[in-house]
Amino acid sequence: MYTTELKDKNQKSAALSVADEDPEKLAAFEARVAADDFIEPKDWMPEAYRKTLIRQISQHAHSEIVGMLPEGNWITRAPNLRRKAILLAKVQDEGGHGLYLYAAAETLGISREEMIEALHSGRAKYSTIFNYPTLTWADIGAIGWLVDGAAIMNQVPLQRTSYGPYARAMVRICKEESFHQRQGYEIMCVLAAGTPEQKRMAQDALNRWWWPSLMMFGPPDDKSPNTAQSVRWRIKRETNDELRQKFVDVTVPQAEAIGLRVPDPALKWDEARGAYDFGDINWEEFYAVVRGEGATAKERIQARTSAWEDGAWVREAAATHASKRAMRLAAE
Amino acid sequence: MTEEDVVAENPILHHALRLGDDALILGQRLSEWCGHAPMLELDLALANIGLDLIGQATHFLNLASEIEGKGRDADALAFHRDVLDFRNCLLVEQPNGDFAQTIARQFLFSNWQELLMREIAAAPEPRLSAIGAKAVKEIAYHARFASEWVVRLGDGTDESRARLIAGLDWMWRFVDELFDPKDGAPSLRADWDARIARTLAEASLELPKPRRGIVGGRSGHHSEHLGHLLSEMQFLQRAYPGATW
Repeated sequence: MYTTELKDKNQKSAALSVADEDPEKLAAFEARVAADDFIEPKDWMPEAYRKTLIRQISQHAHSEIVGMLPEGNWITRAPNLRRKAILLAKVQDEGGHGLYLYAAAETLGISREEMIEALHSGRAKYSTIFNYPTLTWADIGAIGWLVDGAAIMNQVPLQRTSYGPYARAMVRICKEESFHQRQGYEIMCVLAAGTPEQKRMAQDALNRWWWPSLMMFGPPDDKSPNTAQSVRWRIKRETNDELRQKFVDVTVPQAEAIGLRVPDPALKWDEARGAYDFGDINWEEFYAVVRGEGATAKERIQARTSAWEDGAWVREAAATHASKRAMRLAAE
Repeated sequence: MTEEDVVAENPILHHALRLGDDALILGQRLSEWCGHAPMLELDLALANIGLDLIGQATHFLNLASEIEGKGRDADALAFHRDVLDFRNCLLVEQPNGDFAQTIARQFLFSNWQELLMREIAAAPEPRLSAIGAKAVKEIAYHARFASEWVVRLGDGTDESRARLIAGLDWMWRFVDELFDPKDGAPSLRADWDARIARTLAEASLELPKPRRGIVGGRSGHHSEHLGHLLSEMQFLQRAYPGATW
């Protein structure tokens, strides 16, 4: 899973100014980044770079964790033993991604607790895609195929992102996402070749997940004010629109190959561009979902908050036991 | 011959079904935690144990299917049997409850399953022992994980201690079934008692008081909980008969 940098349309753009930075240090930093050097936790970095990374990495981590819920919704109902094992392993991978990403963000001087608190209070965002419900088994296929497919498009370039801990986390994550994408597409292949009820499930899932998947790449470039600086700092390596186009070009033939119809009447191959033209995205819906108005947004945050609050006594018990043990050892 | 007679006449089938059903039902229970555990590390650990158990279930049920020879594969056994034909012990089908109740169940079960699997891994029946040898390494981790959490919760806060005592109290009724002279593994009792007592002592907890054991799972007479678990787990196979997934 992945999320592009998300902000509510009405939210003020975070302070990305570098006006207060020491010009010499800034120039040296920019030269290193331009030369594709990795920036490491103890290196000097502009405050705006640090803040942008904390926001992006923590949004990415939150997306992995919240993303466990729509898929977890089907583990107990997976249709056979093989699918159950694969889905459990996949959702476990997502949790693991969340863990490395929280750890990568912690190297920038923020704690996991602070990040989790920001998620629960609604200050931190996570990918809009997880605010849609998983209604049928085909949704598990569609998430792997489309959502993880979109994630790969976003993440492959991030293996060379300028912040070392983020780039290294991404190398491992990309390997796993590629397995996730294939298992999702395989679910869709089986359903699309199945009974009429299964085909209906598959088509309906594609209808519901297609547009939200395109939205995962974030607002169009002309409405994405921080893109230029993020590209210059190698936090991003390609723009939202470039990545979205790549995703459409790869995914449309995959849908056609298994007899599913992409729900976009404007979709057509443009010979001259060597790319698909596609219809307008409903950005009003995107911003509504970013604001927390998605169909299952309340359920997702409630589930995360309850897990955290209901588990408080467990964390407290573990901490208390650890300190009792340390005291006993010291007394020996 | 009824299904019961067929199973009774073939001890390996009997074994494979019990072991497969234990692993399947507990794996299903643990997967209910996914996304809802008290911290991310526990989410990963519980999913990991669940995944091991689903893998063991697949191996044992494949073997059961092969021995039975009726053309029912492991999926047919998992998704098309009803309560009366499930052979798991009552302990594994008990609800997750809070984290302490889940840990209590895992602690009692994994310690038993590890002892049993060591025996199976060393037994002469090659098909069972091959699965057992692989499973025993996984189960040793499950038992260690659960025992460590028993110590943390027992020797943690007043609340964690009270919750763990309640969890153990809920599960303790189902312990005797594991060692039932007819359907269980009575020879493992002394070793299991010693393991449990050692960990509870480390957690400064007393052994739960002895009580009348409830049995029946091994002959298909389960608690009310199993039917609900199956109705969720088997939903797709039941709603779309004949479809492949």
